[in-house]
Amino acid sequence: MPSVFPAEFADLEPFADWAVPTERARYDKRTASTMDELQAFYDAAFPRLEDAMAYLDRFAIDELPHDATRLLWLFCALTTASFPVEVWRQPRVPDSGSSSFDAVIEPRV
Amino acid sequence: MPHFAKPGEGSWTQHYGIDTGPVSYEDSISPEHYELERDAIFRRTWLNVGRVEQLPRVGSYFTRELDAARTSVVVVRDPAGEVRAFHNMCRHRGNKLVWNDYPREETSGVCRQFTCKYHGWRYGLDGGLTFVQQESEFFDLDKSAYGLVPVRVDVWEGFIFVNLDDQDATPLSDYLGGLAAGIAGYPFDRMTQVHRYRAEVASNWKLFIDAFAEFYHAPVLHAKQSVDEESRKLQGYGFEALAYQIDGPHGMVSSWGGMSPPKDLSMVKPIERKLRSGLFGPWEAPDVGLHQLPPGLNPARHRAWGMDSFLFFPNFMVLIWKTSWVLTYHYWPTSHNTHIFEGTVYFAPPKNARERLQQELAVVTFKEYTLQDGNTLEATQTMLESRAVTEFPLNDQEILLRHLHATARRYVSEHRQRQTEAPVRISAAS
Repeated sequence: MPSVFPAEFADLEPFADWAVPTERARYDKRTASTMDELQAFYDAAFPRLEDAMAYLDRFAIDELPHDATRLLWLFCALTTASFPVEVWRQPRVPDSGSSSFDAVIEPRV
Repeated sequence: MPHFAKPGEGSWTQHYGIDTGPVSYEDSISPEHYELERDAIFRRTWLNVGRVEQLPRVGSYFTRELDAARTSVVVVRDPAGEVRAFHNMCRHRGNKLVWNDYPREETSGVCRQFTCKYHGWRYGLDGGLTFVQQESEFFDLDKSAYGLVPVRVDVWEGFIFVNLDDQDATPLSDYLGGLAAGIAGYPFDRMTQVHRYRAEVASNWKLFIDAFAEFYHAPVLHAKQSVDEESRKLQGYGFEALAYQIDGPHGMVSSWGGMSPPKDLSMVKPIERKLRSGLFGPWEAPDVGLHQLPPGLNPARHRAWGMDSFLFFPNFMVLIWKTSWVLTYHYWPTSHNTHIFEGTVYFAPPKNARERLQQELAVVTFKEYTLQDGNTLEATQTMLESRAVTEFPLNDQEILLRHLHATARRYVSEHRQRQTEAPVRISAAS
């Protein structure tokens, strides 16, 4: 199978389906996940955050190669997944019941 | 014991001569009051509909659904480079002129002219009617008399406003007044990295403004968003503003900004420590060419200053953060107990992935908070409508709420007054 991320981040390949280009898709994936799945993603990705930023910072933001772009999306997804793991202990925002708040404009990368 | 100084009168509310008694929320639950607000407020005030960056070149346009004002407008950059606005309506038989797929949804794009989907009438970017299908079938049709109906439009610091009242000649800058003048020159044009969120909220539009016009709720409703020890500390302190200002229908609150960066890293979550960002934005300000704050920011000149939040009546809020980023809120009513909320985050474009991730964390944190706020509003609206309780005590940190509701009621009563005084008009059309 072709790799999704740069070779240095092969350990994150099992979580490649988090590397999606919109905040809405990342949030939807979070709410469709179990806490075990969110915890596993967080435990794998959080320790690599510093390495990923160091790697990505070698490129200008508008000149990221495809695999680097996907790595950036993966870590955008980490910010989304950090809330259930670090504070909520559940995938959804507590007491957010029927409310929704959807991205209608967001940056291309 | 207050942490920050209050005016000599002992409270902000009394300082601005605002009544301190319990408040009625009838203006937020009455369908009749809302119907009056549509004409008294939304058809008579300057409404922010976008920014100039949305119209980068000649022919760039966007539409805005102004349900409360009973119309849709199309805003366009004309061949002279000027921003124009028109009622989004074909002069032939009234079809909505610019829309895609769903007539009630907003759209944007670039075009050379507007063509009606119904019978192909065409209009130039200046609104002039340029083409009529089978023109010879019409009876003495003077095309020059059938241009798009213009809407007054003006721009303040890159923010585009429309005003549907063609009688009221108040210029935009006069309407926005001293609070806006005080932040003129802020580098809004440098903050072109935009994230916009939208929610349909089951509450009156003013109730969501209430939620963002006071921070008294923040240590409680959002308690779980902080680490436990910090959360207890915040609840113990409560919230006190550095300053409030009222100017005409508008108001502002100036707040401390203890979290950007936090005094103690153990106060914040692991992801915030690692990325150096959070609800208060990225901890390090980008260079946006801001050598000195405009005089209207941090009016108390307090060193703990973190953010100022301006409410430009009726439905436009601008939040300017110490670390050089901006949030705007818009509240577009769709009925007495529903509205569309838009939250837009503006950053300086990130130079690298690290800055992009810092911005993402600030944005998704804002989303988490707003999801909590939005749901609480529905809970408030339904109980207010029960009218089991009809008067509510508001504290001094809720001064902007008192002012907002009083202003809305004043616009409605002045409107009623004008209607009673106006002579009965007999239509000249025969």
